[in-house]
Amino acid sequence: MNNQTSLFQYILKIADNQLILGHRLSEQCSKGPFLEEDIACSNIALDLIGAANSLYIYAAAIEGENKTEDDLVFLRSERAFKNVLLVEQPNTDFAYIMCRQFLFDTYDYFFQQALQKSKDETLAAIAAKTIKESTYHLRHSGNWIIRLGDGTPESNLRLKVAFTNLWCYVEELFEQDAAELDLVAQGIAVDTQSIKSQFNSHIAEIMQTAGMEIPTGIFMQSGGKKGVHTEHLGFLLAEMQSVHRSFPGVKW
Amino acid sequence: MVKMLHSKEVSFIWDILNEIPDPEIPVISLVELGVVRGVEWVDTQLQITITPTYSGCPAMRMMEMDIDQSLRKEGILDFKINMQYHPAWTTDWMSESTKSKLKTYGIAPPQAHTKQRIGALISDAPNEVPCPQCNSVNTKLISEFGSTACKSLMKCNDCLEAFDYFKCI
Repeated sequence: MNNQTSLFQYILKIADNQLILGHRLSEQCSKGPFLEEDIACSNIALDLIGAANSLYIYAAAIEGENKTEDDLVFLRSERAFKNVLLVEQPNTDFAYIMCRQFLFDTYDYFFQQALQKSKDETLAAIAAKTIKESTYHLRHSGNWIIRLGDGTPESNLRLKVAFTNLWCYVEELFEQDAAELDLVAQGIAVDTQSIKSQFNSHIAEIMQTAGMEIPTGIFMQSGGKKGVHTEHLGFLLAEMQSVHRSFPGVKW
Repeated sequence: MVKMLHSKEVSFIWDILNEIPDPEIPVISLVELGVVRGVEWVDTQLQITITPTYSGCPAMRMMEMDIDQSLRKEGILDFKINMQYHPAWTTDWMSESTKSKLKTYGIAPPQAHTKQRIGALISDAPNEVPCPQCNSVNTKLISEFGSTACKSLMKCNDCLEAFDYFKCI
């Protein structure tokens, strides 16, 4: 893999995470538990999709051939998406949605912070923009973890179930293949091992405050970064891409 | 000599842009909001550099269209709008007069310098945001996410009005 291809793939991994999670969260629009929370989730979805958009514009420029961000979003098939499995998991109850957000927001906050130091100026600039929004996202989901964990027996139980079901996707966040490690060596990509302890300690701090225990003995799942997804992504893409595929080249 | 190539002075262009209202907060202009970062003539082409407020702000496309329209109205047809990410937009760029326009309009302006606020990862209600209606500081945060990406929703405990607070970022 040459350097441009590696960089292109690396940008897609970051952007796909933001887009797919943003899309998942946008499915909650008008279904929030109360009005303010509905607005919060929609705002966060918008931030995530906006950040992904900036990254896709950059990726499309690297790919050349007059490709645009829309080509990358609407005309790639499931295997070409490189998002982690965590972000494609479908919405169930509110505790589950917030748990998924919290795990991703924590990772994303420390990731964007580190990415600001990238030697790739565009990636660093987009990260400097994104981190401001990520801070709000993490505060939002972290506060909910505390409120649900330290709430009623019912909310505590639901959150416990959510953590137990989602914990198997945590390890994949930190996986890096040879091409990505090569970009790390060049100072372009983030060394995910370097943010792991910050991730762990923030998760531990919030979970402790929430009266939750970190699940143990969980078998870790992965595959998303290689394009091998759970069955849920295909359905998400079918909906997200339907208009563009039915009316090729449509603009709105 | 170079000046002769184009009809309008850069300061004149800034004046035009300063008359374009923010699509969602019409009391302040795109210049006051800090979205316009640069205006320059490159040969005969006018280049306007803008920066997004929030990455997903749906008003950005509207702002580009408004700039497009205002320039055309002045007879400027050869121009290009560039999007710039660095330095990232911050509410620190807002002047005191801009902040007071927001307040008069009913939106509490950003209170602190962002340096003092970014980074708090656990419950972090902004302290002492005066109510734009009655000036009481006995206010409380309802949600950090409000009617637009850039605002939080707050409530005044004295006059009981709910109000928007422009977030510090």
